[in-house]
Parts: sequence; C-alpha cells; structure tokens
Amino acid sequence: MRNIWSLMKKEIGAYFSSPIAYVVISGFLLLVGYFFYSLVSWFNAQAMQMAQNPYYAQHININEMVFSPLFHNMSIILILVAPLLTMRLLAEEKKSGTDELLYTSPLSVGQIILGKYFAALVMLAAMLGLTALLSIFAFAFGNPEIAPWLTGYLGLFLMGATFIAIGLFFSSLTDNQIVAAFLTFVTLLLLLVLNWVASSGSGTWQSVLSYLSLSQHFEDMTRGILDTKDVVYYLSFSSFGLFLAHSVIQSRRWR
Amino acid sequence: MIEVQGLTKKYGELVAVRDLTFKVETGRIWGLLGPNAAGKTTTMRILTGYLPATAGRATVAGFDVFNEPDAVKKSIGYLPEVVPLYLDMTVSGYLGFVAEIKQVPAAKRKAAIARAVESAGLKDVSRRLIKNISRGFKQRVGIAQAMIHDPKVLVLDEPTIGLDPAQIREIRELIKGLRGEHTILLSTHILPEVTQVCDGVVIINEGRLMASGSLEDLAASFERKDGVILKLRRAGAEEAALFKGIPGVDRVSAEGNELRIEWGRGRDLHDDVARLALDRGLGLREMRSVASIEDLYMKIVSGGLEQ
Repeated sequence: MRNIWSLMKKEIGAYFSSPIAYVVISGFLLLVGYFFYSLVSWFNAQAMQMAQNPYYAQHININEMVFSPLFHNMSIILILVAPLLTMRLLAEEKKSGTDELLYTSPLSVGQIILGKYFAALVMLAAMLGLTALLSIFAFAFGNPEIAPWLTGYLGLFLMGATFIAIGLFFSSLTDNQIVAAFLTFVTLLLLLVLNWVASSGSGTWQSVLSYLSLSQHFEDMTRGILDTKDVVYYLSFSSFGLFLAHSVIQSRRWR
Repeated sequence: MIEVQGLTKKYGELVAVRDLTFKVETGRIWGLLGPNAAGKTTTMRILTGYLPATAGRATVAGFDVFNEPDAVKKSIGYLPEVVPLYLDMTVSGYLGFVAEIKQVPAAKRKAAIARAVESAGLKDVSRRLIKNISRGFKQRVGIAQAMIHDPKVLVLDEPTIGLDPAQIREIRELIKGLRGEHTILLSTHILPEVTQVCDGVVIINEGRLMASGSLEDLAASFERKDGVILKLRRAGAEEAALFKGIPGVDRVSAEGNELRIEWGRGRDLHDDVARLALDRGLGLREMRSVASIEDLYMKIVSGGLEQ
C-alpha cells in the first residue's frame, strides 16, 4: 500500500511539474463551461416558451434538459482527454529508461500499475470536481434534483476510470506516447459507438454489442438510475484494462 | 557476496550470455570487463532482477535472484547504463522518491538522503531540477540513487561513460571511497578503469567468460615475464645492448624512442634498469611497467585467446 502511495505521489507531481495538468484541466474546463453556458441559455429560451402553455410547463426539467446532455458532452470530451492523461504513464518510463529503476526496486508490477492508475484517477476527479462548481449556479437559481446529478457524476467518474484503464494498457504496449494516445482514442471511440451497430443487428449479437458499448451503461446514470449492472460493467472493464497492462509488462520482462 | 553459476541468457536465437560463472567476495570492487555487446549489461540486469535468466543460478548477498527477488532487490543498489532519472524532479525530490520505493523507513529517509547527497558530492545541486544539472552531476545522482538504501551490493553499469576526464576521475575516486562498506561490481569496456579502481576482474567476450580473478593472480598466471618500458631521448640498438648487459634481463626490444625490457617473473630489476639509464645519461622521460593485463585483454578481445 505504501508503495502504491509513493508512486501515486510521484505521478501526480509529474502531472503538475509539466504543463500537461494545467493545459488539460483548463482546456477541459473551458469546453465544459461553454457547453454548460449554451445548454443553460437554450434551456432558458425553451422554458420561457413552454411556460406559456400549461401542458408543456409540466415538462420543464432542468435535469433532463441541461444536465443529461451536459454529461453526454462531457463523456465525449473525456474520450479526448483520457488518452492525454494516460499516454505518458508507462510509455515514458520505458523510453527514458526509468522503468529499470522501478523494476529493480522491491515493488510488484501490480503496485506500479495501481499507483499510476490512481494518480490518473485523482486527476480525473479533480477535473470533474472543478466542473461541479458550475452546477452551483444551477442549484442556486433553479431547483434541479440532486440524485440524477450525483449519479451522473458517478457515471462520468466510472466511465473516465474505464477510459484511463484502457489508456494505461495502451501505454504499456509502446514507448511512443503519441502511438499510445492515438490507439486509446480510437479504441474508446469505437467502444462508445458500438451500440450504433447493435441497433441495426439482431439477437445475441445485438445484445452483446450493446452490452459492451461504453455509452449504453452511461445513459441510465445521467437520468438518475443507479443499476449495479452498470457499475459492475465499468468496474470489470477497468479491471480488465489493468490486468492487460499488467500482463504486457510481466511478459515483456520475461521475454 | 555475488555468486553466478552457469548463467545463460538467450534473446530468441541470440545468446547474450553463455554459461557464465564467477564470484565476487565481500567488500571488494570487481570489474566486469568486455568489449561492447559482450553481455555485461545483460549480466547485470539478471543480477538486479530486471531480466530473468534462461538458465543458471545467481545469488546476491545470500539470496537467490530468481526465488527471492525482493530480498535481492533490497540488498542491491543499481546504476543502469542509462541513468534512470526523472528530469522534472529536483535532485533531493528524486532521491526521496527512490528512498521510498527502496523501502527506507520514513524515520530514516531524511538521513539517508543527506548521506547520499554528501557522499556523492551533490550538496550544491540538491535543490535544482535534474534536467538543469550537468552530465557529471547526473551520473552522481545515479550513484547516489544506487546507494540511498545503504545496500550491501552495488552494481554499476558503465559508471563513467560519456564523462570528461576530470569527471571520470571524480567518479572513480567516489567509487574507490565506497570500498569496504559495499561490495561493488562495475562494468566497463576500458581497461584502465579496472586497473585503477578494481581489485579483481571478470573478463567476458561474446557472452563467454574469458578470465576472472584478482588482478595480481591474473597477471601472474597469464604473464610469466615482468618488465618495464623506458622512454628515452633516443632508443636504438646501442641503448638496447646496454640494458641487455644487466644480469637477469632476458629480452630488450626497441620501438621508436621506447625500450621494452623484460625479465623472468620473481626478480626485481627496476632499480638496476633505472640506475643504468641515469648513470649513462640516456635522457629518461618515462618508466612504466609492462601492462600484462592490457596484453591479456587485447588478446582476448581480438580473439587470440580462448579461456
């Protein structure tokens, strides 16, 4: 546990001692802020119109009209951001030869991977936490429900954690950061849109694809439905990514 | 302290190390000498647990490298060929991180860092970012990193490569200063490094053991002759004949303005040779021993000698 903590501290330090953390966080906040702003102004215009008609007035819902689409937008931005957070984690150690220090220290490969994974999770949590500040305005001037908002953030975090695990795996495959980032991006995008194919398929094939799709499980969470099936999906997907990274490093050393 | 037995490492078809056996005793500095691509780095990587061997056994500080890797890793300090530095860290921050992952207890960490900074001569740069310090200092950080957890054994892969002559001398002095407290295995492809720093040597070529033992033993077993090389104002047949006249001298050969004078091992004719040169006013510039290890190494590397 202490070893994981040491590595995690080192990685977080590395994020902030290079421009990566500042650039990625501010870019992410800028994008999310813009989406939030445009959704809120759209919501305002809609609400004005709908309020005139008593039938539609019941359907004004800030959770569904602002937060749910915002969370979807954020999940897409995360696809772009996650590879940037993970690309250097293992690839850079290999390129600079510092992996030799890690692997000749009394650390297990599992500890090394977990330390790095948790460091990236801290970055993710910090980024999501900062965007949550935006919602203060919505809560101050409107009356959104808290439960769907919370499950939405939980969903984003779980999804981001899965992205990071996949990114860590690709970072273990190569010593080139750009290759690692691009492969992560391609894979994440494919996984996100798997359900498009599923919608035109049929039978088992369809249900398998739509189950595997990253976005399918996110859908419910943005609406306030917390299903253990979805949580298990993200957790098992993350573990699988970490397991693959572990196997890659282990096998590389034994070759 | 370090024992290697029948060590073999194959990368696919390529055999990097073949049936290597040697031993380094406690508290000594031993050199692993060989030309480039002789298998030095591979051997060290196996000893430090970075790579597994294909066959054979190795023990460090009494622990088996394959069965007790964690115990071995705790008792070894390792300076890889490419110094593993995080350039964005400060020197002391980096040493702190290494102390943590080498499991130096939190209470002793500060003292360990101070000691490593002190003995590697890093005081002036300890607060600077590693990317901003010179090559020589980076190498020192590498050595400080290797000894941070006060390991019994230090494995240093080409510790002086790429340094300027002054830095090379400093690093060699630093390593010599560690003798006694630590058992050191250092690799190099330069012979003078071995003769100046080490007590003994393991010579390998193309992954095979060519010779191993203390420097004196090796010299004695491979060279039955002892002798000196004299640099004179002029060295011709005339001067050669003069030295030939000293009782006990077997052979004198001239080359340029140097005379190579040899006699049977066991005698000590240095004084006689020097006295003659001075008495005759031959303009003595330099007098040095016939470097028998050098000859041996050259023979090994050029493939003129097996085992």
